[in-house]
Amino acid sequence: MTDPAGTDMTREDPAILREYYRQMALIRAFELRAAEMYSRARIGGYCHLNLGEEATVTGLTAALKPEDYLFATYREHGYALARGADPGRVMAELFGRTDGLSGGRGGSMHLFDRENRLLGGYGIVGGQIPLATGAAFALAYKGERGPDAPAVMCLLGDGTTNIGAFHESLNLAALWHLPVVYVIVNNQLGMGTPVEAASAEPDLWKRGCAYRIPGQRVDGNDVLAVRDAARAALDRARTQRRPALLETVSYRLRGHSVVDPARYRTAEDTERVRREDPLPAFRGHLIAAGVLDDEAAARIGAEADKAVAAAVDFADASPAPGVSALFDCVYASPPPGMYRGLPGDPVTGGGQA
Amino acid sequence: MTVLSYRQALHDTLRAELQRDENVFLIGEEIGVFEGSYKITAGLLAEFGPHRVWDAPIAEEGFTGVAIGAAMMGLRPVVEIMTINFSLLAIDQIVNNAAKLRSVSGGQVSVPLVIRTPGGGGQQLSATHSQNLEAWYAHVPGLKVLAPATCADAKGLLTAAIRDDDPVLMLENLALYNTKGEVPDGEHVAEIGRAAVLKPGRDITIIGYSRAAIVALDVARKLEGDGISAEVVDLRSLRPLDRDTICASVRKTSRAVIVEDDWLSYGTGAELAATIQEGAFDYLDAPVRRVAAAEVPLPYAKPLEIAALPDAGAVTRVVRETLRGH
Ligand SMILES: Cc1ncc(C[n+]2csc(CCOP(=O)(O)OP(=O)(O)O)c2C)c(N)n1
Ligand SMILES: [Mg+2]
Repeated sequence: MTDPAGTDMTREDPAILREYYRQMALIRAFELRAAEMYSRARIGGYCHLNLGEEATVTGLTAALKPEDYLFATYREHGYALARGADPGRVMAELFGRTDGLSGGRGGSMHLFDRENRLLGGYGIVGGQIPLATGAAFALAYKGERGPDAPAVMCLLGDGTTNIGAFHESLNLAALWHLPVVYVIVNNQLGMGTPVEAASAEPDLWKRGCAYRIPGQRVDGNDVLAVRDAARAALDRARTQRRPALLETVSYRLRGHSVVDPARYRTAEDTERVRREDPLPAFRGHLIAAGVLDDEAAARIGAEADKAVAAAVDFADASPAPGVSALFDCVYASPPPGMYRGLPGDPVTGGGQA
Repeated sequence: MTVLSYRQALHDTLRAELQRDENVFLIGEEIGVFEGSYKITAGLLAEFGPHRVWDAPIAEEGFTGVAIGAAMMGLRPVVEIMTINFSLLAIDQIVNNAAKLRSVSGGQVSVPLVIRTPGGGGQQLSATHSQNLEAWYAHVPGLKVLAPATCADAKGLLTAAIRDDDPVLMLENLALYNTKGEVPDGEHVAEIGRAAVLKPGRDITIIGYSRAAIVALDVARKLEGDGISAEVVDLRSLRPLDRDTICASVRKTSRAVIVEDDWLSYGTGAELAATIQEGAFDYLDAPVRRVAAAEVPLPYAKPLEIAALPDAGAVTRVVRETLRGH
């Protein structure tokens, strides 16, 4: 693992470093606000946050070109923002409003932004992995290859490396030379289960070896290390059609979802949460490197808060979908006789249509 | 009798069965250290240890298959699948192995297995986490599918399921875990395959199971105030299905409304309506009606979710329409 303090900041464009910090601050502000909105019942269902994963999110998305495709998990608010989705539309989706990315149909776990090539958040563990592999199949099928060819990045959690679809997908991707990079976002827990309690090979990056897929582990709190490793893997995928497995190691700052008080955590864990928080750490490095000063950092934080406040206002102002929209978006070509009854409506000669 | 929550009744039953039979063990995701996603297994790891309470990785197909294999060897696994939605990852093992082994082995092998799993929508968990897929399992010979609505049945049916020598899918319900009701003290084993009349009545039969049976009961009680006497039949078991109790009730009342949380087409209500027309055709004074979920992947947005799911209002309306003879 690389040590964040060891990364050479002087080689980097200061404006880009500040941009990374801005993005991390935005994700942090957005997620804290989402948690608050959940506790005020503006957001319902499940709501999983990227708190503690800001450096990973920023590093991974920085490595993606605009033409690349991203498949995410249900823990994907930050990825949608980093890929360029409007925070207001993301918040509106969490609020279940018509201006949400999916018109309020998908909610927190299913953020899709086709324009920015985010092909979804997925709520069933591992469900995205074969799909990402299939998207890479389509890219290969279309024959695009070379340094400018698009590639696919597929996110999954540490716990998700134990699902069959992960192993089936890796085998197919290697067998068929697909341009896909699988990223294990190891936040050290799957719900309440630590990696060692779930995976017989807890060095998750090694799990590709059965498929001859090269693996690498990087410090997920080091935005530059994450970016560089992801970039190299994506480049291999574009030019050589070699899939890769990248493991980023960070730590989940809060519970599995907003409603999980994480009582299974020890006092020592809680101390780690504080110690391993990537946001203040990155700020410290930037200040030490002279890229940022306290005042600029405070300004970036304030701007993030402002952007998130505007997102909440936007979501609030957006109308909830009306019942007449219930049957929209079920089929691409709705069959003429489709039953559109509400509960209790008669099946024959009736229904809403 | 003691008043317990549905959750507590399930918990106490698991505990009692773990104490009674050392071949009984629990397996599932987050059931031990985390004490269960819905806390049904709270405290059981601490009390019985990791030999009896197995935290499994996220590998539904794998650990369900492991449980089936262990059951073939005579153990009595009780699998928890976090929600019925995730059972789809294990459906091959359930349908192609658990349901088939007795038959393809010519009776040499049996699978004394229980799969506990909650279904249900209404919590804004959106399309992939709100499904009611019990009809898929009830369709399969070789499986038994139980769906307790009351706290007493949560105990009685779970006990029966664990002691049964066949694979049983125990459908629980997110919306019922916190409900409370009287539960018999001590040994209480319900008979598998018997429906219950939760409330007798003369004018109409409302049939449901799981959460829908409770909705039916609430509606029937309210209608009582309007002079309508509705009988409520709680199926309790989808396979085997107690067709006699259903038909006897409809022969008495001549009208039937079915309440189900699954989608309408090819759902449980379709089987019930077919049963009624065959078993009580000459007694019917009105078409059998179904109150089921709207046929959409359940949207996240609250107003859409509310519109899509059966509720007491819809049941009341359809009961009144059926009584008017529509
Ligand atoms: C097939 C399936 N099984 C179980 C679940 C419930 N579940 C949701 S997230 C999760 C833990 C996933 O952990 P990990 O892969 O480490 O991702 P993280 O949540 O830490 O980002 C579980 C068990 C699910 N959604 N899908
Ligand atoms: Mg994890």
